[in-house]
Amino acid sequence: MTGGRALRAHLFVVYGFLYLPIVVLVVLSFNSSGLPTVWSGFTTDWYGRLLENADIRDGLQNTLVVATGATVLSTVFGTLLAVGLHRFVRSPVLEGVLLAPAVLPDIVLAVGLLTLFTTLDVTLGLRSVLLSHTLFCMAFVTAVVRTRLGHLDLSLEEAARDLGDSTAGAFVRITLPSLAPGILAGALLSFTLSLDEFVIAFFTNGPSDPTLPQVIYSSVRFGVEPDVNALATLLLFVSTSAVLVAQRFGGLTGALERR
Amino acid sequence: MGDDVHTAAGADRRATTDVLVSITDVRRCFGDVVALDGVSLDIHHNEFFALLGPSGCGKTTLLRILAGLEQPDSGAVTLDGADLLSIPTHRRPINLMFQSYALFPHLCVEKNVGYGLAREKCPKDEIRTRVAEVLETVGLSGLGRRRPSELSGGQRQRVALARAIVKRPRLLLLDEPLAALDRKIRAQMQMELKRLQHEVGITFVVVTHDQEEAMSMADRIAVMNVGSLEQLAPPVELYERPRSLFVADFIGSTNLLPGRVAPGGVELDLGLAWAVPTDVLGTGVRVTVAVRPEQLSLVAEHDGELRGEVVDVNFFGGVSHVAVHVAGRDEPIVVALSGSTSHRPGARVGVHVPVTDVIVLPD
Repeated sequence: MTGGRALRAHLFVVYGFLYLPIVVLVVLSFNSSGLPTVWSGFTTDWYGRLLENADIRDGLQNTLVVATGATVLSTVFGTLLAVGLHRFVRSPVLEGVLLAPAVLPDIVLAVGLLTLFTTLDVTLGLRSVLLSHTLFCMAFVTAVVRTRLGHLDLSLEEAARDLGDSTAGAFVRITLPSLAPGILAGALLSFTLSLDEFVIAFFTNGPSDPTLPQVIYSSVRFGVEPDVNALATLLLFVSTSAVLVAQRFGGLTGALERR
Repeated sequence: MGDDVHTAAGADRRATTDVLVSITDVRRCFGDVVALDGVSLDIHHNEFFALLGPSGCGKTTLLRILAGLEQPDSGAVTLDGADLLSIPTHRRPINLMFQSYALFPHLCVEKNVGYGLAREKCPKDEIRTRVAEVLETVGLSGLGRRRPSELSGGQRQRVALARAIVKRPRLLLLDEPLAALDRKIRAQMQMELKRLQHEVGITFVVVTHDQEEAMSMADRIAVMNVGSLEQLAPPVELYERPRSLFVADFIGSTNLLPGRVAPGGVELDLGLAWAVPTDVLGTGVRVTVAVRPEQLSLVAEHDGELRGEVVDVNFFGGVSHVAVHVAGRDEPIVVALSGSTSHRPGARVGVHVPVTDVIVLPD
């Protein structure tokens, strides 16, 4: 009985620890005083200020460019990599090495990439960030798609070929749609990972085009500005809707195909 | 069947003009494992052909070679006298029904069945008509819009079958077609597969490990064991005249009695000598005498070629199996009697063996 009560208390503490900061953040983004300790009335001014802040607008734009690009590239390459691994690689070592960027500490990857770019004399900027993000997102996409592939009936593609489809056709018409949920999940994961990635961006970006996390970092170094709360709330809204839309979309495609 | 029209290339094949597929000395290894060790056989037009054997005997590998999903290391395979091995899977007029059915989970039944026709660039109207036709043939009309996940096991099997025959292949390959079904539906599908084969007039090659399934459906059965063909014959011949110990043991139930050839017959290890015709076998050769349970009958103890004690009686409705323990043997001799029997465990009996009709197999 006491054990059950302790467990329940533990549950509330964990949930509180997880969500309280988010709740506080959202509440404060509507606080007109701008101070974290004093509530002086509801306002949406901070959201207005956010739109006027050129640094944040540019940062957001840079981040969206990088995140979109990294998502597309890592999804395509990661999916192909997963399929290749599944078909041709029997070595767990090689597979582990390919998936390493997902588990490697970001700082190691960041320093390594910076060293590489410097050695190769690559100009640091959004392109080098895009490349770096593609690399580490690809590991996640590969892992997710690989799991999905493990559950796939290998004879599906053989059946398609047996029925007169070419190898490429069978891949596009049968294997890819069967993998779609995994690919979509991988893409979504890539987008959210890239969206708030700081360490790698900090090391591999040049001075002229900071990404949004970099902009936020430099603005909170001397205390949290209330408009950052508003920005965080917006990001929360965007990422939550993205997940909901993806789920909804998944259900929708299912319904369409049944027709 | 013999009046089938043939292409010029097929006309000069050796024995009959009946041969659709000819497999010659096909070998296939996976690493150290020999899956096919030089298999040669012919499959005739419009026949229901079964590849039968325990798992690992190479039957599935042979099926996959016919489908083009596997290439042999050496050997030749022809279809209507023309080389088959150089034709890629998707161009072969051969379709395979997979053991897992391999239905495309994201497509409805109609799309699954019409998949092959759509790849042939068939007009949409024709696809619709032919899919509807074949769905009716397999008894699935009205389920065309369902997804595979919304069907029962038996229905899925029919979809897989419909998808494999809709392109009217020259040869239909079926990999353990009934293995995933429960017993009742399996018996019903066996009959239906036979009916369908007559109806559509396609040559069927079915792979199975279930000898009853093969016996009840096939016109001819190729029994395979560890990569080699043991015997190729119609079901009745396989049962009555097995040519190897493996076949005798694998097909139906058999009492096996080891011994050696002696002048005028066989000397059993049990210490009995029977005047069994041994044909060409030389004296002293180790042999096994195989005798089916239904060849045996129970008689008074003194009149039997074998004598022993009844240890078990099993009644199966139409037939009873009586197990008789014979001195010098661990396994009881099984005697099949029609109807019920009054013999009870513990009784001393004689077993009458028709010694001139038993089968003698060299070890």
